[in-house]
Amino acid sequence: MTGVRLVRAVAICALLLVAPSSAFAQGTDVQALRQEIEQLRKELQAIQQQYGERLTVLETKLGAAQGAAAAPVAAQSDPGPTAQVPPGSGGAGGPAGALPVYGAGAAASKIFNPDIAVIGNFLGASGRNTVNPPPTLKMQESELSLQAIVDPYARADFFISFGETGVDLEEGFITFPTLPGGLLVKVGKQRASFGKVNTFHSHQIPWTDRPLVTDNLVDGDEGITDAGFSVARLISNPWFFLEATGQVFRGDSGDVFHSSKRGDLSYVGRLRGYQDISESTNVDVGASFAHGHNDSGLLDGIDVDRFTTRLFGVDGTIRWKPLRRSIYRSFLGRTELVWSRREQPLSIENAFGYYFSGDYQLARRWFAGARYDRSGHADDAALRDTGQSALLTYWPSEFSQVRGQYRRTKYATGDLANEFLFQFQFSIGAHGAHQF
Amino acid sequence: MRAISSVVVALALALSAGGAAAQDKLNVVATTEDLAAIAREVGGDKITVESIARGYQDPHFVEAKPSFILKLQKADLLIAVGKELEIGWLPPLITQSRNRKIQVGAEGYLDASAKARILDIPTGQVTRAEGDVHPQGNPHYWLDPENGKIVARSIADKLSQLRPTDRAYFDQRSNDFTARVSEAEKRWLAAMAPYKGTKVVTYHRSFPNFADRFGLDVIGYVEPRPGIPPTPQHTLDLMTEMKRQNVKLVLVEPYFDLKTPNAIGRDTGAEVLVVPPSVGGVKEASDYLKLFDYDINLVIAALKKAGAGTR
Repeated sequence: MTGVRLVRAVAICALLLVAPSSAFAQGTDVQALRQEIEQLRKELQAIQQQYGERLTVLETKLGAAQGAAAAPVAAQSDPGPTAQVPPGSGGAGGPAGALPVYGAGAAASKIFNPDIAVIGNFLGASGRNTVNPPPTLKMQESELSLQAIVDPYARADFFISFGETGVDLEEGFITFPTLPGGLLVKVGKQRASFGKVNTFHSHQIPWTDRPLVTDNLVDGDEGITDAGFSVARLISNPWFFLEATGQVFRGDSGDVFHSSKRGDLSYVGRLRGYQDISESTNVDVGASFAHGHNDSGLLDGIDVDRFTTRLFGVDGTIRWKPLRRSIYRSFLGRTELVWSRREQPLSIENAFGYYFSGDYQLARRWFAGARYDRSGHADDAALRDTGQSALLTYWPSEFSQVRGQYRRTKYATGDLANEFLFQFQFSIGAHGAHQF
Repeated sequence: MRAISSVVVALALALSAGGAAAQDKLNVVATTEDLAAIAREVGGDKITVESIARGYQDPHFVEAKPSFILKLQKADLLIAVGKELEIGWLPPLITQSRNRKIQVGAEGYLDASAKARILDIPTGQVTRAEGDVHPQGNPHYWLDPENGKIVARSIADKLSQLRPTDRAYFDQRSNDFTARVSEAEKRWLAAMAPYKGTKVVTYHRSFPNFADRFGLDVIGYVEPRPGIPPTPQHTLDLMTEMKRQNVKLVLVEPYFDLKTPNAIGRDTGAEVLVVPPSVGGVKEASDYLKLFDYDINLVIAALKKAGAGTR
């Protein structure tokens, strides 16, 4: 019916285009013609409205079928062609939802790319240190992160560390967050859940360096990082957050663990408790254990003896952040204590180390901190280093920071080091949010 | 035979227990108090609602505390503001929740922004030189009552999907909420009508939807860029501009420092108002409608004091 009317309208239009001269020439009643035109206009409007309504209904149906997410964005300001990022592939920090699609269809594949970020960590040092002097200027690390949801069952995180001398896979693992039994399983190379600092990447720690106890007993920057499995489970109780983590690794982790044969696996266990004291204050405590073979039995590359290392750790963190002023004021106090029991050819070394630290946020961009360090050496417990640090950090934005650290270290050898360390950190791209 | 019948009885009991459990209240967790308030309106006594961020807290910077993991672990539905508002803290909470129902893309995950009217969608190249910009548009969209109605509808649909037997209940409550918002909106619009076009300055870009709906004209921000604290030069430029355009109102979210806004107020003679953008931002803004009641009364009182809007 509408089609007939449309044809009629078009025919009249065509007629009108060609007819005027002859119409007037024939002396037709102008008034009648006007009425005809008016009638025509009304019919056209009716058709237009009818088609518009039909189109709207169709668009609504189409929008509903495609999932409503992209539709309203496109409807508002028409920023050009868009494509929908698959749900969740934004991960943490990256774009999600409607993204501009540039050019041909091939470009659409880019929306499946993971979140990519690079964090630069530039370090400088001045002052005197005769025992373990850091370089004057150093691009310590450039960490490339690639993070995305793999499929409905898993997400993957890769952290590739570019140093001045080479490239290393700092972490690369898949996480299964939806397994039965409330288990959170990670498979791949990962930082072991031993204490707090061991789990942190360099840009997450509130200092330019790692504490002496980490350097001496838990392999410094590298830490206990190895290929293996991690299983974490929440332990339900009516009082507080309690999480147990068990990890099995190949058994190779810097100077701490060394695997000479397939059975030389290393094991890490951790129990973490957390409780809110108030909406501003909370307490986070943990106990950790690690066990594996060490390299002290190696002779000309052959592990002639079977020596092991055991590590025990206790950590505690107290945080304060008033919610109404959370971007201006905060305090974080933390300590970690580590006991190392290392079997060696001629002795069993029981070394102990710890640090205390506090960081206070003075203003939106300013943080002041202090740390006290003390630690024995894993292979000679009688040797003890001590250190004190004072820090000041400035954040131009969330994505960059400048930090200065005065560090005074008294080494077991009797040498005293007084140094000023400074750091520039900067992040580009979409780096995922960190765990608390 | 007796063994079989006892197994059947046991199974029947187990199934009926399951059925009873299924009729328990749906456990809803919303990321903000605004979404929690709307969910409460729609879900009524068929749901329990908790929110993660408090209304007086900057929702961009919430800590991903393990206590929130416990909340999410038991949730049947997670409602997020979306548009990357929670990007800095929600993803690790979801991953650690061990709750398959609320994973992104799963049935129990609702991005409330999906059908809302979003403003400030950047066009052209987006870089961090513009500060902490949201590439998908401004996430403070709930401050438009029209969007509140859209969000209520989305929540009703989602709750009905999770609990089809209560669809009529959720629909009825959603419609009732929508009617109440529409009624109140007429009142709010009428009250704000004399001040249409009034020029204001806000601290952060939290009020574009509010300004757009109620006819305020935001001519500048205390922050030079989103997420970047005020700088002296920007503050001077802003004060000059405010004097030039005779701006008499500065709106500040409750979680920002008042030092710079107060200095601006002293210099320009503008009134500095702490305006909660969220339910729970102040005690009086205890639900979605009361939030607008409070904010609009506050703005109108300030404008009257400044002698604006007598057109």
